[in-house]
Amino acid sequence: MSSQDIPEETLPSKQGDTREGAVTVKGDPFADPGLPPHEHRVQDIDERAARRSERAVAFMFTLSMLATVGFIAAYLAIPIDKNIYVFPLGHVSAMNFTLGLTLGVALFCIGAGAVHWARTLMSDEERIDERHPIEASPEVKAKVMADFAEGASESAMGRRPLIRNTMFGALALMPLSALFLFGGLGPKPGTKLRKSKWAAGKMLVNQNTMQPLRPEDVQVGSLTFAMPQGMSEEDHDFQVQIAKAALMIVRLRPEDIKDKQELDWSVDGIVAFSKICTHVGCPISLYEQQTHHVLCPCHQSTFDLSDGGRVVFGPAGHALPQLRIKVNDKGYLEAMGDFAEPVGPAFWERG
Amino acid sequence: MSTAETKAAGSKPGRKAPAGERVADWADGRLGIYSLAKANMRKIFPDHWSFMLGEVCLYSFLIIILTGVYLTLFFHPSMNEVVYHGSYVPLQGQRMSEAFSSTLHISFDVRGGLLIRQIHHWAALIFLAGMFVHMMRVFFTGAFRKPREINWLFGFLLFFLGMFTGFTGYSLPDDLLSGTGVRFVDGAILSVPLIGTYLSMLVFGGEFPGGDFVARFYSVHILLLPGIMLGLVVAHLILVIYHKHTQYPGPGRTEKNVVGMPLLPVYMAKAGGFFFLVFGAIAAIAAIATINPIWEIGPYRPDQVSTGAQPDWYMGFAEGLIRVMPGWEINIWGHTLVLGVFIPLVIFPLVLFAIALWPFLEAWATGDKREHHLLDRPRNAPTRTAFGVAWIAAYFVMLIGGGNDLWATHFHLSLNAITWFVRIGFFVIPVLSFIATRRICMGLQRRDREKVLHGRESGIIKRLPHGEFVEVHEPLTQEQLHTLTAHEQPKPLELEPEVDKNGVARKASMGQKMKVRLSKSMYGEDKFVPKATAEEYQEITSGHGHH
Repeated sequence: MSSQDIPEETLPSKQGDTREGAVTVKGDPFADPGLPPHEHRVQDIDERAARRSERAVAFMFTLSMLATVGFIAAYLAIPIDKNIYVFPLGHVSAMNFTLGLTLGVALFCIGAGAVHWARTLMSDEERIDERHPIEASPEVKAKVMADFAEGASESAMGRRPLIRNTMFGALALMPLSALFLFGGLGPKPGTKLRKSKWAAGKMLVNQNTMQPLRPEDVQVGSLTFAMPQGMSEEDHDFQVQIAKAALMIVRLRPEDIKDKQELDWSVDGIVAFSKICTHVGCPISLYEQQTHHVLCPCHQSTFDLSDGGRVVFGPAGHALPQLRIKVNDKGYLEAMGDFAEPVGPAFWERG
Repeated sequence: MSTAETKAAGSKPGRKAPAGERVADWADGRLGIYSLAKANMRKIFPDHWSFMLGEVCLYSFLIIILTGVYLTLFFHPSMNEVVYHGSYVPLQGQRMSEAFSSTLHISFDVRGGLLIRQIHHWAALIFLAGMFVHMMRVFFTGAFRKPREINWLFGFLLFFLGMFTGFTGYSLPDDLLSGTGVRFVDGAILSVPLIGTYLSMLVFGGEFPGGDFVARFYSVHILLLPGIMLGLVVAHLILVIYHKHTQYPGPGRTEKNVVGMPLLPVYMAKAGGFFFLVFGAIAAIAAIATINPIWEIGPYRPDQVSTGAQPDWYMGFAEGLIRVMPGWEINIWGHTLVLGVFIPLVIFPLVLFAIALWPFLEAWATGDKREHHLLDRPRNAPTRTAFGVAWIAAYFVMLIGGGNDLWATHFHLSLNAITWFVRIGFFVIPVLSFIATRRICMGLQRRDREKVLHGRESGIIKRLPHGEFVEVHEPLTQEQLHTLTAHEQPKPLELEPEVDKNGVARKASMGQKMKVRLSKSMYGEDKFVPKATAEEYQEITSGHGHH
């Protein structure tokens, strides 16, 4: 089809310049000129372009079909544990990569086809809808008010306050039962948060070797994690107990210990502190040998282990609790009691 | 009159109606679908790229529901301890909760399971990001004004609830990273004065972590919160249709009409197609970008942690608050007030709700009770725009705070310096952004005014006979003139005179005085550039100016 075959009346120049919604105010240069005339797309006036669009849309829909076939083939054929190297992603699961891409293409092409169809072949002529105010007309409102007054007076709510007041009372009280039901979600706190598994005579067990620690096992500059003797991962409450009992042990030179109580509670410069951050309870795991600072990797509270576990930076509100330790007659480190104060985050009853 | 006769009225007599029509007739007799279709099938929607942001949210929400239902078929919401014997070798023989091991099962043993998991998680991130951006679009264009304030609140609630749905969701696998996040929530709950410890016991069924929270988070994550959100989404959409969509000012667009293209066929195809575009894009992202590889993180143990622990992005704001707050603790009468944790816990919703309540503040200060369907250009509402930018600034400063460790390691900065920057910046940067944004808005208003009065700078330099060089300004078309001057400029409220015209003293109430002061600070004389008037324009164009 050559350009001479395009019907004259579809050319933009033959479209009238009628505008909808024009507000012509004499002398107002800013007046609303109304909707601009519709501008034709090439597909509106050239059937060849329209057919090209049609083919493009159909191509995308076909591609989607092929991708779905690919998805099914991949699902059936690829072993689930196969890894492949894909540049630049590295080694990835072949299954995940292929399924995701085929599914992605299958979905995306449906969308791209539909949008291209809408943009090139469906009418793009703008239309106007009228809006109507959301609020009701005065007549409607008056009718509703009258209906309501009638209904309310028929209910006798206003005339019989006894009914009204007892009803409000009943409705207000009723949710209390739900309050009690939800109270059953958990026990009372009691002194649970104040106690841990540590007690006098419990040996410090190295969490890596699961062997009781001797003072000579702890070197200056090292960070050792320990838990109380008698605890095991198989215990049903292990997670709850380790959340309070986790301990970190470092060895300092006794002359470096600035805090007197810390020195008293240590053995040959070995000090044991709670591993649970006093901010919101993350386990502290970063130790800087030179400064004796430990850092919580969650919120970066920093504690000075040579100065009673004092907070030197970050959002924690109080020092790390220290566990008082000694060497027992068999030469192992053991606790002289539980922590003197609750470990972990502060709470109202902590005091 | 029988049904057969009614039908005959619509189609040609003596010919049976086509099957589709008969089904529609059947449904209409029971559901009244023809009346619904009459009102909505050719409903007009205006076209603008920014109107698609809300669609991204809607579709990612649908994708989350679809993939989420699939995941529930395989996930075991249980904290019972098991020893792993699945196909992921590095974790074989490890103790972990059933929740964690079933997540491993989904990732390594269910064909396509990993893909669905990753689509679910990616879609959640995009859902929240989409809502954030969509909310900003609505805010900066003033689309929240009457009659849409309630829909604005619905949208805000969706964003707010979406954060908690996301949090309870990513906590379910019971991995080391998410468990650390749950630990933080426990610490935050414990900081609540008087009832903190009781609340913590109730949430966790005893001491943290206990054996209950995965099952409890699960029912909250898959039933309670999404149920509320689905209801809100439906209400949000019904109101969008009921109010009809807002539109930008332009030729032919007024407060009383809506200009655009009809639902059938254009938006059926565009919006329907867009669902597939969003889904396809997320599927492709899930194919190439690993998200939350819990097998690398490992199962949760309260005494273990990894460095660089970060929540999903939408919790970064809360994370920042908790990280930069000084560790204030007050011990008095045997009790501890944990301000260092409790204050962030209180600020978190307060900051978020500040933007949710702005529409009501604005309506109060303008005293405007009219409906608004034409959108504002952000520059034409300088105070609102400045507030929005200040709010975003506060939000992003806290995001920096939430990632202070990553900023420190990636940019070789001092962690302490970043923390101090955020502590000060949280108060200072929003104020500076507010002032700067208002100035920029007024500068842009001034430019619009120049453009209306003197035309567009054409870049053509002309030399006049006497040697002077001038730049030729092209006058704007009437369409452009109209678009640039269609907005209103609100006037500040004035206090009524203390003595009225009959000489009766009338004292303004405190509320009234506050309102007028607020109104003046928002719309007072130096808070906007007066837009060009027709008189000014005519004076300039009719004269023999050089322009």
